[in-house]
Amino acid sequence: MLEKALTGSRRYWIWVFSLLVMSGIGFIFYLKQLSYGLGITGMSRDVSWGFYIGQFTLLVGVAASAVIVVLPYYLHNYKQFGRITVLGEFLAVASVTMCLLFIFVDLGQPFRILNVLLYPTPNSVMFWDAVVLSGYLLLNIVIGWTVLGAERKASPPPDWLKPLIYLSIAWAPSIHIVTAFLYSGLPGRHFWLTAIMAVRFLASAFASGPALIIILCLIVRGFTKFDPGREAIQTLGKIITYTMILNVLFLGFELFTAFYSNIPGHMHTFQYLHAGLEGYGKLVPMMWISNILAVVSLVLLINPATRKNERTLSMASASIFISLWIDKGFGLVVGGFIPNPLEKITEYWPTMPETLITLGVWAIGFLILTILYKVAVSVKEEIA
Amino acid sequence: MSINRRQFLKIAGISTIVGLGGTTTIKALWRDELEASQVSPSPEALVAKRWAMVVDVSKFKIDNDYKRVIDACHRIHNVPDFGNPKDEVKWIWTDTFSHAFPGQEHEYMEGGIKHKPFMILCNHCDNPPCVRVCPTKATFKREDGIVMMDFHRCIGCRFCMAACPFGARSFNWRDPRPFIKEENKEFPTRTIGVVEKCNFCYERLAKGLIPACVEACKDNKALVFGDLKDPNSEVRKILSSCYTIRRKSELGTQPSVFYVIGGSNNA
Ligand code: SF4
Ligand code: SF4
Ligand code: SF4
Repeated sequence: MLEKALTGSRRYWIWVFSLLVMSGIGFIFYLKQLSYGLGITGMSRDVSWGFYIGQFTLLVGVAASAVIVVLPYYLHNYKQFGRITVLGEFLAVASVTMCLLFIFVDLGQPFRILNVLLYPTPNSVMFWDAVVLSGYLLLNIVIGWTVLGAERKASPPPDWLKPLIYLSIAWAPSIHIVTAFLYSGLPGRHFWLTAIMAVRFLASAFASGPALIIILCLIVRGFTKFDPGREAIQTLGKIITYTMILNVLFLGFELFTAFYSNIPGHMHTFQYLHAGLEGYGKLVPMMWISNILAVVSLVLLINPATRKNERTLSMASASIFISLWIDKGFGLVVGGFIPNPLEKITEYWPTMPETLITLGVWAIGFLILTILYKVAVSVKEEIA
Repeated sequence: MSINRRQFLKIAGISTIVGLGGTTTIKALWRDELEASQVSPSPEALVAKRWAMVVDVSKFKIDNDYKRVIDACHRIHNVPDFGNPKDEVKWIWTDTFSHAFPGQEHEYMEGGIKHKPFMILCNHCDNPPCVRVCPTKATFKREDGIVMMDFHRCIGCRFCMAACPFGARSFNWRDPRPFIKEENKEFPTRTIGVVEKCNFCYERLAKGLIPACVEACKDNKALVFGDLKDPNSEVRKILSSCYTIRRKSELGTQPSVFYVIGGSNNA
């Protein structure tokens, strides 16, 4: 089926080549990082995880959210999602790949990465994260590819696939829960030390991921003859309405605990992120953009008229995605390090090489996504 | 330590077979031979059930008291000096009471204590979160309580830096070698992309020497090193005669570095 990715319009090839160029640029800067060290980034002794791990955290959520289209279709026989499950699964493949790449570019000694498997350390959450992520990647490649192959031959998917699908449904939340545990089990990091980190992660993932799927569906419909179906898109719209409400609620719970308890350590990061602390406030404008977009998306989604209108729904989806990209891809990770364990403030901002490497990884992700979607859509056009 | 050595040889063997960077493995192997020969139970080695340190704050009087200690450590351990906070690597350093013991200070505190620099270093916690989170066992705890770093195994994920509640760990954001003023050939230098921190001078203990920082204040006994499990050790005597505090004891990491705050008339 892969040959379907090799034919396409001029527009398709221009898009593919721009992605190749972007990933090429990222790769060149990555080589620079390899020889100079991670000092090329904006990270420091105090903020020791930055942009890369932020993107990783966000994308784990996007990957996990494939379950939102897989589960209703397979468990509740919700037929409307039949057309888009494969889009969800392939989005998961692309985002898990990006996750693994972000981890890789974040390592100080990337060529020792196999040490994680050579000396398995079950007490380290990172070990489990590596296990669940690679398992999830495999599951989604196998499931997505097999379902599509069966669809092409107009036959039902083989029976052996069923258990794998159920496994993947149970597996999806685990990748995000384990990622939340990376943060929420650390002593002395007040901002992360919260039991609702895992559910907060799930809520935000199940909002940002399907929001992205809505946007992708609309793009696919605009550029190809394949229509994912209005009904499916509307259902996703309802799902992100509730998950986004939950996400904002959870944030509210965190704020209550921090400020009503009045414990300084619990308030500091929130203050730093949203109002600035001791004169430092580099992230304040970003965080307010995120807050405002969250409100905008909720207004557009809760109001049935704007949710049903696909133009405003797509605006709401974009607002959610950008809002959560800032919140998780930036604020959550960087904020956790500010102030540092000695209650001093060192600020962080990504450098140019760091940004280009990040863009490069995104470009690789989009390239994988484009190729997989091209195959999927061609198959669907063929059988339509 | 013999276990560590055995483990190391196994690791070196596997990584050679797997072919992960042959030359570095050989270099690493050679280095560890060196270290292993230093630490294999030799008659003069200092041993303890649980190593610990006491910092008597009042005995640090002038700037030079601190500088001597920091220099002693950083010089023999080839700790690079990048001259900027972004790339900074440090094993032992000073900070004020409110930063060393956040949450413990109050407005009406005695001015002398409030503005006095405190020596801080890795606490060699009994229950170290840095060990718990490390995905490769590059950070591990020895039987005698020393929390160690294996520079050759560290993948540079920096999970341990997020986990340490004391900011005790540093990362080599860039090649440290050009920034070492005068290399001590007896201690390994580090490479790009690995974490490092105070190691309680395990390499000196193996040779029967006390830690360099402790030696640097031999005369005034501002730092005292000894076996926590030995009731007759000097550290135990201080602990039983003075009021001491530990950093962030509420977190349950059980630091093995104790601070005598007031006690000018003690010890
Ligand atoms: S002080 Fe930090 S680095 Fe040292 S043992 Fe404790 S947690 Fe680990
Ligand atoms: S940076 Fe090195 S020592 Fe720290 S957790 Fe990762 S592998 Fe372990
Ligand atoms: S015990 Fe050794 S390594 Fe640790 S601070 Fe003192 S001199 Fe440095």
